Amino acid sequence: MATRRRTALVLIAVMTLLLVAGGAGGSSAAAKIGGTVSVLGTWGGSELDSFRAMVKPFEDRTGAHVEFQGTRDLSAVLQTRVQGGNPPDVAALPNPGALPSLARSHALKPLGHVLDMVQLSREYPATWLDIGRVGGEPYAIVVKTALKGLVWYDPKALSAEDIRPPSIWADLLALTDRLAGRGKTAWCLGLGSGAASGWPATDWIDMLLLRAAGPAAHDAWVQHKTAWDAPPVKQAWEQFGRIATNPKSVYGGPQGVLATEFNEAPFPMFAKPPHCLFHLQATFIQDFIQKQFSWVRPGTDLAFVLMPRIAPQYAGVAQVAGDVFGMFHDTPQARALMRYLVSAEAQAIWVKRGGALSPNKGVPLDAYPDVLSRRAADLLVHAPAARFGAGDMMPPEMTAAFYKGTLDYVAHPDQLRAILGHLEAVARDAYK
Amino acid sequence: MHALLLAALALAAIPAASAAYILGAEAALARLPTRPRRALRPWVWLAPALAFVAVFLVYPTVDTIVLSLRDATGAAWVGLANYAYAFQSREALVALRNTLLWLGLFTGLVVAGGLGIAAMVERVRYDAAVRGIVFLPMALSFTAAGVIWKFVYEFRPAGAPQIGLLNAVLAALVHGFEPRAWLVGAPWNTLFLIVVGVWIWTGFAAVVFAAALKAVPAEIVEAARVDGAGEWRVFWQITLPVIGPTTAAVATAMVITALKVFDVVYVMTSGNFDTDVLATRMYHALFVDQHLGRAAALAVILLAATVPVMAANLRRLRGDEAAR
Repeated sequence: MATRRRTALVLIAVMTLLLVAGGAGGSSAAAKIGGTVSVLGTWGGSELDSFRAMVKPFEDRTGAHVEFQGTRDLSAVLQTRVQGGNPPDVAALPNPGALPSLARSHALKPLGHVLDMVQLSREYPATWLDIGRVGGEPYAIVVKTALKGLVWYDPKALSAEDIRPPSIWADLLALTDRLAGRGKTAWCLGLGSGAASGWPATDWIDMLLLRAAGPAAHDAWVQHKTAWDAPPVKQAWEQFGRIATNPKSVYGGPQGVLATEFNEAPFPMFAKPPHCLFHLQATFIQDFIQKQFSWVRPGTDLAFVLMPRIAPQYAGVAQVAGDVFGMFHDTPQARALMRYLVSAEAQAIWVKRGGALSPNKGVPLDAYPDVLSRRAADLLVHAPAARFGAGDMMPPEMTAAFYKGTLDYVAHPDQLRAILGHLEAVARDAYK
Repeated sequence: MHALLLAALALAAIPAASAAYILGAEAALARLPTRPRRALRPWVWLAPALAFVAVFLVYPTVDTIVLSLRDATGAAWVGLANYAYAFQSREALVALRNTLLWLGLFTGLVVAGGLGIAAMVERVRYDAAVRGIVFLPMALSFTAAGVIWKFVYEFRPAGAPQIGLLNAVLAALVHGFEPRAWLVGAPWNTLFLIVVGVWIWTGFAAVVFAAALKAVPAEIVEAARVDGAGEWRVFWQITLPVIGPTTAAVATAMVITALKVFDVVYVMTSGNFDTDVLATRMYHALFVDQHLGRAAALAVILLAATVPVMAANLRRLRGDEAAR
């Protein structure tokens, strides 16, 4: 028995030696730190390819391997791994709303000593840095952004109908009704997105609120300082309902809205003849459209305008989204990756491949691959104010109930009072 | 590399530890006088298994029950508030209703379908082929089946080419048929999800029933026929009573399957449109709402629902053994 145990010990010792030797062999150059850094995020398909391309120079330079795990149910997977004591080194957060609890439970490591915040405050607009702060301390950083609240259309289809994209919401509504009179549905809309189904509707409602009541009303709502049935919020729901629950305004009617995946929703816009003329979505939808229809040329076959104005003073307010990254293990590799991801050099790589905007001012406009993404980047920089979509900023429980509430509303428009009452009840728990 | 090393260590360490425990315990026992040695030995051999059961079954169960009486973070006692949530809030009641639908319809359809197919196929020469085909979906995971059936139920607005099988077939057969979004409209959508479960499990039931039917003594059936019993009478009064234990076993297995159904619902609707079942609601309470208490209360309700089924099953098993 004793000899057998000794043999095992010797075996372990030999294996350990081999392992150490292997590690030493890899770090021949002084700058190379080697090792691996695990990253958790939502990306798959072409987005994952772009992420891989972005971290390739990092891997070459540091010798550190980036091990990516992708999931569409990020919230649950991250939560499980954090609670199980096995978080990834670096992770995308489901949304900024999840940040405070992760920071307060010390799952997230503070970044104040990891990133050069002085340098970063020159490269990043303050809004983007503030998103990642909890109690003044940076815990997360935006590495990629999108501009939301864009009305996409096919310029050729519009001119065939002798229409120009309206810049006033009331005109757009009137146009919607006029088209309905001709038996044409003006809008394409789809709320399907797996466990997060309903989020495109939350963007609609938030965008309508931002346009009508402005950023201050949005902030009060997001922080639950105004109730869910307060007039500006309720009116935003009703404006959304005017389109989404009206079978004459939206392609496929309400059940089409509920049964269509968000990424496929704009496709009927390019049918011959088109089934709809307008689609409200963020910048990333361009990539989905061009992957589906390779003949679509940005600018001639596809264009966008900012969501039309309701109250003039809030005309250009931008609604944005972003991939927020945080560090869960303080390792040299994780630190190096975080420093790399915030750099203009890294972000320019993804920007050039399409589908992303960069929060870093160091990424030049001409890095953007086409006229549409360049314009979106320009609008983002020059927006008088910018806000994350409301669904992204609320506590996770509230966000989930909001998503579900929009689905219930589209299915049963007459139940709005009850739905808002339920959301208010959820809020009383969620904001404790 | 690190993970591989750990795996290799575990492979070596677990048998080594087991061997060390057995040899060490036996050596210690050998030093005792005969009587206490006899008394102690069974416990020494049982101890590891008991420890496993205690750590991996008893402790989590007790902990879940305790958590179900505490608040969202497990920090303070809240009495039965989480159970009040489970039996009063709309979303939990919808989940309870759907779980009951699954229990009744899924179990009933699988048992009836399996038995029906087995009884009919028994009479044809190509029975093996039929059973093979019906059994085939068993090879799929619930997740894969969910993805496939999502395509079957796919919806396109009227006028567009229907790429969903069900809408396409109905549009081809029924004149003026309006395509429907099958998974959106409650409460029928739960029924369409149950169909997926039935599609998977009926083959299993059919194979089990086919084996049981072969074991029905031919002489009893012949005697009944001689006495003038028709096909139906033989089935209801001879076959069914003889295969009673098999029916009970299949039904028990299906009840348990229905209680823990999760994947089909999660993949196809994520519990949206009022299709939640207890398991998906529990997952939602735990991971989205991060409410440990509510999730634990739902888990306890599921556990409580399985206990009588398991108890009946155990009693029957014991009865079978006693009869032998």
